[in-house]
Amino acid sequence: MNRPIRNIAIAALVLFMALLVNVNYVQFVQADSLNAKTGNKRVINEEFSRDRGPILVSGKPIAESVKSKDEYKFQRRYPDGKLYAPITGYFSYIFGNDRGIENTENGVLSGSDNRLFVNRVVDLVSNKQPKGGSVELTIDPLAQKTAASGLEALGEDTKGAVAAIDPQTGAILAMVTQPSYNPNRLASHDFSEVQKAWEQLTTSPNRPMSNRAAQEVLPPGSTFKLVTAAAALENLDMDPSDKVKGGRSLSFPGTSFKLPNQDGGNCGGDPITLERALNVSCNVSFGSLALKIGQEKLAEQAEKFGFGTTPLTQLPSNASRFAPVDRPLERTELALSGIGQFEVAATPLQMAMVTAAVANDGNVMKPYVVKTVRSPNLSILDQAKPERISEAMSPSNAAKLRRMLISTVDVGTATSARIPGVEVGGKTGTAQSTPDRPPYAWFVAFAPADNPKVAVAVLVESTDIGRDEISGGRLAGPIARAVIEAVLGK
Amino acid sequence: MTTPAWVPRKRRGAEFFLTVLAVTIGISAYAAVGLGVEGTIPGDTYKLGFALIVVAVATHLIVRRVAPYADPVLVPLVIALNGLGLAMIYRLDLGRQQVNADRQAFANGQLVWTAIGIAAFAAILILVRDHRRLQTLTYTFGAVAILLLILPLMPGIGRTINGARIWINLGPFSFQPGEAAKVCLAIFFAGYLVVKRDALALAGRRIAGIDLPRGRDLGPILAGWLISVGILIFQRDLGSSLLFFGLFVVMLYVATERAGWLVVGAVLFVLGAYFGYLAFGHVRVRFDAWLDPFGDPDRNGQIINGLFGLAHGGVLGQGWGLGSPQLTPFSFSDFIAASMGEELGLAGLMAILMIYGLIVERGLRIALTCRDAFGKLLAAGLAFSFALQVFVVIGGVTRLIPLTGLTTPFMAQGGSSIVMNWVIIGLLLRISDQTRRPAPEISTFEHDEETQVVKR
Repeated sequence: MNRPIRNIAIAALVLFMALLVNVNYVQFVQADSLNAKTGNKRVINEEFSRDRGPILVSGKPIAESVKSKDEYKFQRRYPDGKLYAPITGYFSYIFGNDRGIENTENGVLSGSDNRLFVNRVVDLVSNKQPKGGSVELTIDPLAQKTAASGLEALGEDTKGAVAAIDPQTGAILAMVTQPSYNPNRLASHDFSEVQKAWEQLTTSPNRPMSNRAAQEVLPPGSTFKLVTAAAALENLDMDPSDKVKGGRSLSFPGTSFKLPNQDGGNCGGDPITLERALNVSCNVSFGSLALKIGQEKLAEQAEKFGFGTTPLTQLPSNASRFAPVDRPLERTELALSGIGQFEVAATPLQMAMVTAAVANDGNVMKPYVVKTVRSPNLSILDQAKPERISEAMSPSNAAKLRRMLISTVDVGTATSARIPGVEVGGKTGTAQSTPDRPPYAWFVAFAPADNPKVAVAVLVESTDIGRDEISGGRLAGPIARAVIEAVLGK
Repeated sequence: MTTPAWVPRKRRGAEFFLTVLAVTIGISAYAAVGLGVEGTIPGDTYKLGFALIVVAVATHLIVRRVAPYADPVLVPLVIALNGLGLAMIYRLDLGRQQVNADRQAFANGQLVWTAIGIAAFAAILILVRDHRRLQTLTYTFGAVAILLLILPLMPGIGRTINGARIWINLGPFSFQPGEAAKVCLAIFFAGYLVVKRDALALAGRRIAGIDLPRGRDLGPILAGWLISVGILIFQRDLGSSLLFFGLFVVMLYVATERAGWLVVGAVLFVLGAYFGYLAFGHVRVRFDAWLDPFGDPDRNGQIINGLFGLAHGGVLGQGWGLGSPQLTPFSFSDFIAASMGEELGLAGLMAILMIYGLIVERGLRIALTCRDAFGKLLAAGLAFSFALQVFVVIGGVTRLIPLTGLTTPFMAQGGSSIVMNWVIIGLLLRISDQTRRPAPEISTFEHDEETQVVKR
């Protein structure tokens, strides 16, 4: 009986070889793809239990991991949760970290980034838990706080956003959204509470988790006249002193439609200078200018400022648009587009970029919010480098537009942004969307004129204040001014 | 005058040395669990260490006393596995109770069962001084096997857990009689086949190139097997059905030395598996889960989690107490191999597989060297069924083959499994002792001629 016993011994050997080969296949060959599967709790747990690196603003953490006593070892904390939530995003066991810097800089924060490979090896050898690196933001904490309290002061139900950038670099100095949310609730280790918070946040009609400053596209109203004015300077070879059409309204042959001015006035005559048209935000002038410039050139000018793209890659953002329709616009539509109505829609960030480009000799800088990325031992892994996206207009035309915006603050509709001793340029906007809802109040501004440090766009989407009283100058202007003052240290 | 040409050495010293190594592995594993989970060496390491040492020394002394020529490697291998299993069960107790403090702890119970298993092992060695005496009870064992298999179906004592009705309640204990039935059945097969092997091999008709035995020769054994497998199907115990079938076919093959039986067995297996797939929903579920576990992550959570655990362990493992094996359902019993793979890594799991492989190798070596046909057949059957069991359960957990419910010998939590596996080791040691013992010296008289009464 020895022969069959030898044979079954071979059979047993084959069985064990199959087992050995298979465990090698699963634990070595397949391991990475299995670890990457969604719903792999071990990987989530591991990441959730790690000492995740902080997100810093001016050296102070706005997101940090502190030791916790439960099974996850670390608790993610957001000291100024609501204020920075649109930027930080959240770090949640159940819902991951699919928003904000927590998402885009996850590799560094979690310590799994390739640049941290050496650190990981050292940790492995010294049997230490891997640690994440830190991310320093470009945000100016005072500007951020000022912008947020400005929106809050308009009432609890106010929806709005502020975006402020450094015109010369593109660094984002403030990015505020109201209403916002508390990311601490999503980072909690009490998962039923997290679930509850999530349902509340995602079903709220106010969409508190949307970063309105970079994601909300709404008609920019008269602030878009900066684009129209730039196009006029660039394409029609105009000067601020050149005459444009003024008067009470712009009529269109063959239709009964008339484009009036915001307050029904006559802009102080007909014709008026381009500068005056901008000072008083004359709809008639810019409507007729749009017709002169033409759809193609106007759209081109908007694109040069960044419309149609999402240059901010570190946060979720939406592209602003000039006209989504791929057809020649009717004359009425084109005129309305020229004053930032019809289908024109922009994010506060986009309008801040337009303003910044005017302040920065026509150069559009790529907006960014991450200043420095450091390893756990604080050596610098990455440092932001300002990058020019395009030249929206010539430096001389930019200078002309700048002068007109400064006079708009000095003597025009944007007086609410006046700061003693500082040359501020600005423009208001009050945009209609539908007749049944109050208009959007906008304000864009930059300062100082000779060496621009900040460009800001403020949007008040809706508020408790009566609709007749809503205007960009009144609601949004003071916030813009306060943000500028905060940045300039006034 | 005639001295045996070769007297095997007892090698009890080597066994002792290996036992010390095995106990060290167990105690270190236990201490590492404490370090990994709680940051300190648990206070009862000494308690468990002491218990493990007592158990190992007792085992060693018993073998020394009643089976001095037995294989010296088997017991240390088993103690190593048993120690690793105990440490992992303790580790999983801690992990599971971290989530919910009310969860039942299994480690102490497992230690008690280990002690009972070693007592059963000792009892086998002491009571069965010669394994050939088991052959006289061939049919008794056959009947007992069937009786054991019927027990769980009896109302009152039978219990259904997770869809399989294979447990019985005996007071505070629950027991899986199928484990004991396996051993009884192996003895029955061996005893019967030894007697009938010539008839099975030679008498009969030749059909399609295969010599089929006469019905009256094959009948009883076929009946015994059919009843067993029938009951198991009734109890929804896939793994054991497969194991018993494999045991039957292989022992038939070894006894008759006819490879045709393997062909017949393979054909029957394929037919049976196909029928099972068509007829039973739970077979289909297992099969589909094997082909594409991620197609239905909710239903296949266990196998997916097992794979995640293995992947998480990677090549070197997370370390004792540092992985998350408790996330896998039944990580302490059916899926303990995945738990080992997670915390000890590919390296550790391969080492464990090697230990299993060595146990099988020693078992088959005993079968090869055994001088009597019954012992040979029994040892071969036990060793191969052990190999098959390890293959089916670890292959199932690591998604080499569809998952069937079987216990991982010596490691998985569960009393019946650990006791009966110790019994199997007892039987193998007994056969091995018999085999390696020098033949009793035949005294030869000087005046042999003269004492002859009858002249040839």
